[in-house]
Amino acid sequence: MIVTRRYKFSASHRLHVPQLSDSENRQLFGKCNYPHGHGHDYVLEVSVRGPVDSATGRVLNIRALDRHVRDKVVDIFDHRDMNHDISDFAALVPTTENISTVVDKRLREGWERTFGDCKLVRIRIQETRRNTFELNTQ
Amino acid sequence: MQGDPDPVTGMIYDLKRLKEVINEEIVDPMDHRHLNREVPPFDRIIPTPENIARELWRRLEPRLRLSNARLHNVRLYETEDLYVDYAGEASE
Repeated sequence: MIVTRRYKFSASHRLHVPQLSDSENRQLFGKCNYPHGHGHDYVLEVSVRGPVDSATGRVLNIRALDRHVRDKVVDIFDHRDMNHDISDFAALVPTTENISTVVDKRLREGWERTFGDCKLVRIRIQETRRNTFELNTQ
Repeated sequence: MQGDPDPVTGMIYDLKRLKEVINEEIVDPMDHRHLNREVPPFDRIIPTPENIARELWRRLEPRLRLSNARLHNVRLYETEDLYVDYAGEASE
């Protein structure tokens, strides 16, 4: 059984890589390279696989998942400037591909201690209605 | 549903028939009902979304078995922000 929970956060980013020149960056990232960044209303889906507990009828405690995701990710990212406020992106361009990898890494901190047998199997981040990024780790 | 499209009809499964099966097995017995009090087995099995998804699978799967198609997954949204996926016992 897979349980998926959805979270929302808003954050800004700018796509720019120091290895390329300003004009190469402008060409590569287009509007996403504008100097002052731009914002998104991100939707994060966290999918967990596990057996259904015969006593509770649940795969995991949703409130515990909410606490974990808020502590490790949502409270840190929400209403932030990712390039300047989040250490993971000091030297890593905050494309949503990279954000997915960072989110997965952060969620795995202390995961087994809190959730035991339940496996984190997928992170999906919707950047806009037209762009969604999915990281499958099962 | 998962399967191979029928070479004549081009369909994996007739969606009109699928709708009938879903209405008969799920919607008619459960819609606007109090699950714990009016929809067995939830008088004795706690109606978490996980358990409801398993019951939906149990009701639907035998009726959606064809030579070229089978039930692939049941996804049940409890709210917009919480859903479960169940693909049968093998997936547990």
